[in-house]
Formats: sequence, structure tokens, C-alpha cells
Amino acid sequence: MSQTSGVISPFPMRLFSTTVIALRALRRNKLRSMLTALGIIIGVAAVIAMVGIGNGAKSQVEAQVASLGRNVVTVFPGSFNAGGMRGGWGSTSTLTIEDTDAIVREVNGVVAVSPEVRDRNQVLANGLNWNTQVNGESTDYLSIRAWDLSDGAMFTEIDVKGATKVCVIGSTVVKQLFPDTDPVGQTLRIRNIPFRVLGVLESKGFNFFGSDQDDTVIVPYTTHMRRLNRRTTVSTILIEAASSEEMQSVQDDVTALLQQRRGGREPDFTVRNQLELAQTATATTRVMTSLLGAIAGVSLLVGGIGIMNIMLVSVTERTREIGIRLAIGAHDRDIRVQFLIEAMVLSSLGGIIGVILGIGISQTLANLNGWPVLVSTNSIVMAVGFSALVGVVFGFYPAHKAAQLDPIEALRFE
Amino acid sequence: MSQPVVQLRDIRKTYRSGDLEVHAVRGISLDIQAGEFVAIMGASGSGKSTLMNTLGCLDRPTGGTYHLDGVDVSSLDREARADLRNQKLGFVFQGFNLLARTSALENVELPMLYAPKRAGAPEMKRRALAALAIVGLAERSDHFPSQLSGGQQQRVAIARALVNEPRLLLADEPTGNLDSRTSIEVMGVFQRLNEQGITLVMVTHELDVANYCKRILVVRDGLVVRDEPVQNRSIASAELAKLHSAESGAKLNAGIKP
Repeated sequence: MSQTSGVISPFPMRLFSTTVIALRALRRNKLRSMLTALGIIIGVAAVIAMVGIGNGAKSQVEAQVASLGRNVVTVFPGSFNAGGMRGGWGSTSTLTIEDTDAIVREVNGVVAVSPEVRDRNQVLANGLNWNTQVNGESTDYLSIRAWDLSDGAMFTEIDVKGATKVCVIGSTVVKQLFPDTDPVGQTLRIRNIPFRVLGVLESKGFNFFGSDQDDTVIVPYTTHMRRLNRRTTVSTILIEAASSEEMQSVQDDVTALLQQRRGGREPDFTVRNQLELAQTATATTRVMTSLLGAIAGVSLLVGGIGIMNIMLVSVTERTREIGIRLAIGAHDRDIRVQFLIEAMVLSSLGGIIGVILGIGISQTLANLNGWPVLVSTNSIVMAVGFSALVGVVFGFYPAHKAAQLDPIEALRFE
Repeated sequence: MSQPVVQLRDIRKTYRSGDLEVHAVRGISLDIQAGEFVAIMGASGSGKSTLMNTLGCLDRPTGGTYHLDGVDVSSLDREARADLRNQKLGFVFQGFNLLARTSALENVELPMLYAPKRAGAPEMKRRALAALAIVGLAERSDHFPSQLSGGQQQRVAIARALVNEPRLLLADEPTGNLDSRTSIEVMGVFQRLNEQGITLVMVTHELDVANYCKRILVVRDGLVVRDEPVQNRSIASAELAKLHSAESGAKLNAGIKP
């Protein structure tokens, strides 16, 4: 109570008074305050959720690209530069084991190579059968694809040299053919030839083309070529470069080498590296991300216009109130500061709620759909900054105009 | 003789709309002493509102000098005039001009929030309640304007005008929106305040209302044409008592008739 007789120094106190006035004004117009904040909340939440979804999708594609393997350079057969009739991808099998050996011998920076022979076959075991991808590979395959075994072991060089009837299988094949038993050491039959299961691959899930990477049986490429397919060519050649920096040089060297081996003929192969694949894949996501970003931008704009409208209308409507305040002794600056504080409080409150809501929506979507949703700090800063700017500018400017009116004019305002 | 509260010397106000010059006030000189209770009367367009706005420092005259409580107001800037309105003047408007959805207490506290030297919150509340008690509304301090009658709203406005202890209370048609009974009540409040030493100036066009004041100024064509003390001054408490007995008499008659 000793405070009661005290009179407090002018300037900070005046600001404090104005803050009290602004908060009282917000409190007595709850509906209007809520509507203003709502515009900001929706704008901010929409941007954060949209950008979050876009980033999540991008990161998922990146993860899938990574699941293809590490630093992989792939040689595809068939030419798509040839004139005349063109058969399309893989329509001509032109890659050979000799090509593979030449690459191993002559290209620097190559860590591992696997000539790949691809085929679909009916596979039988345990009285069950399943149509699956049966690939012939070298022992390097697991290293190239950055793939591990969850059980058992990979076949060895001896198996490749001897073209033995062994295989490792993916988890989908395990589920379909060995639902209740441990597959390692058991036998499955491909084209009536018995293969011993040496190991089980770790589950890798779907690749970004949508096919199940675990739905596969891997056998030595020699076995595949001699016993299953009786082919002399391979489908593709997978090459692992020593590092991502060396991918480009490996690609160039392999291209030059294979071209040289084909003499003057037109190239009947294509060499691509993982980065190109990744770029193709991320290009799609990039389109999606910018689409979502555009939608988010539009909602922010609409939210901004909402904030602008309600601010302009409410300040104009309050001209009379401004007149009363001026008549009883408010300075112009008091009015300006009051409306500035009101606009800032609404903007920051709306911004905070919007951020919380946006993150909440992102999390909910992530949980519902099993997508990763990555909330980016940039989107938060941008959304909150923009809304706050709009709110403050359009809350402040009309108040600034009104504060310059003559009190009598403002009082007469209907 | 002590210094007058209001000293106007040859006040002029000219409005310009296009090429047309409108002389709203054409040279008014006037002294109002402390403790006076002045009614300004006049038809619309007579210049009484302009005179009132000049007295209230809401409008600047185009000529002449105005000393309020010894301070030359004509030379002050916008901010200084705002402080003057806050500290030395109290306003009561025809349309009450209370802030909607704001309690009577907060409405009355408002001028203290804009005071150049602001009191602490408990002190503000105490003074606001005291001002409301003067107009007889202390127990309604938490009511919103929409929950109060017109007369009560005007009394809240009077409390707001009083709260910074002004030198001069200005009322612009304070009874214009009220029925005759509440008008008398509001005039009663003014008379009580005047008895306590507050100087009052009010604009009205009703002679009935002007008769509650002590001095009447009649303004016509921008000049004061009559300035005289009120004869047969009405006393609000007596008028209310008369009204009351007339009402109960009517009730009595109505009771006997059937």
C-alpha cells in the first residue's frame, strides 16, 4: 500500500500503461481477436505442415536411393542412341562376362563388380511355390548394394567358379516358402533344380520404383548362366566405385573402355551412375515439394489477406474509440503504440499457436500414413515472419492514420 | 480578484471549405471564474459547439488568445494540449462515449492511464471507485455500459471526467440523449459537484436544463449576445421531490378511481 501515494516516472510507465490498455482492448474484443489470430494460425500451420510433408517425401526418396547401394555405377545393355528401329531397354543383350573382366582389370577406382543376370522363375519349396526374381550375381553383390545378411552366409568365389547350386534369399521369399521353418540349410527348387539356401538377406523394403526388393533369390551368376538360363550375356553390370567422388571418373572410364572394346560400332550400352538415378527420382519429389510449397504460399497469402481485412476493418471501426482516447488525453503515439502492441500480441500468439498446430498436423500425418514428415525451421521462420509482418503493418497503418485525426473528427466518426 | 479559470480574448474561428469562408466564431471575449456554473445556449450553427471545442482544447482558434488556468493554450502543440485535456479538463459528451464492453471502473480509470505521471494500479482503482461513489455508482463499478441505463452511463462518463480532478468540467449537451427525469438527476449531480467547488461549463439548447446553471451565455452568429445570471434557479433535489409527489399523487388517484 506504500505504492498508493507513489507516482512513477513518465516514459517506461507510459509504455506500460499503453500495454495495459492494449491488453484490455484485446480482452474486450475476444471474438475479433480470435478471428485475427485465426488467419495467422491457419496460414502458419498450413505452411509448416505442407513443407513438412514435402521434405519428408524428399527424405524418403533419398533413403530409397541410398538403399540402391553405395556409389553404384551401372552398365545397361541395348542402345537408345541407335538410328533406325530401336528395341528399347535391354532388348539386346550385349554385355558379356569378358566386359566385366575388362572393367575389373582396367578401370581404376573400382572396388567391386557384379555381372547381373536377371530372370523371373517359379520357385518351389516345402510344397509351396512362388514366382520371384531370380538373379545371378557375384560375391561382391552384397557390398555393392550395401546389403547384409540376417542369417546364414553368402556364397563364395568357389561357388561362383564351380557354378554350384546355392542361393541366398530375401525375406519375402522366406515368408512365402518357409513360413514356419528356418530356411538356412534347406532346399528350394528352381526349374526343377535343387538349390541349397545359404543365407537370408536383411529386409530392405520397397525401392522407389515400387517393387519389393526382398522378393528375390540370389544365385551365383555362373550357376544362373549355365544351369538356369544358358545365356552368354549378362543383363547389367553393377560396379561399386571407391567413393562418390570417383563415380564420375569410373563412369567415364567404363564408357571409354566398353566403347573401345566395340571398335567403331555404335555404342550398344548405357552407363549410368547412382547420382543420375537419384536426380531423376528426386526431380519428382522436387516437383511435389514445390507444388506443396505453392499451396502453402497461397494459404499464407489468403491468411495474410484475412489478417489484413480484419485489421483494417477493426481499426476503422474503432475510430470513435480513438477519438475518445484522444479527447481524454492520449497522445498520438499512445494510440499508435497501443495498436502496434495489439497487432504484435495477436500475431505472435497466432504464430505460436500456428507453429504448434502445424507441428501437430505434421506429426499426426506422419503417424497416420507412416510417412516421415520433416518440419523445417525455415518454413516456421518464414510463415511466422510473414504473418507477423502483415498483421503488424495492417494493424498499425490505419491506427497511425486515425491517431492523426482531430479528436472531434474522430469522435464524430460513425 | 483571483485569476479566472478561463480567459478568452477576441477568439475567432474561421473554417474554409473551398473558396467559402465560414466564420463560426467572430471575436468572443469571456472570463469564467472558479466555482462558476455556466450554460452556453444557442441555435445550431450559432457557433456554440466551436466555442465549446475551443474551451476543451479540441480545436484551435484561428485568432485570439485563450488562457486556461493561467496557461496560454493557443501556443501549445498537439501533445501538450492532450496533456492539458487530461489534467485540467473533464469531458462529458451527449452520446456518453464510454468504451463498450469495458467495465465502468476501467472506463473511469482510462484518463489516469494517459496521465503524464501515472499512479500505481491500486491507487488508480481507489480513485476510480471514489469518482464512481461521487456519482452514486460505486456498487456498479463492474457493470458494462450495456448493462447500465442512459442516466447511469452518463454518470459513469461524469466520473471519468472527474477522476483527474480537473479545473474545468465541460459538458456538451449532457442531457440530450436522456429523458426529463434522468436529465434532472444528471443536473443534480452537476449541482452537487458545483457546490463542492468544481467549475462547470455546459452546452445546451434547452432552457429548462440551462436554468439549473448559475450563468447563461447566449451565442448567435458567432458572438455572445447575452450574458446574465440565472433568475429563479432550478434546484434538482427540489424538482425531483416535486416530480416524486406528483407521481405518487397520480398513483393515488389511479388507486381511488375504480
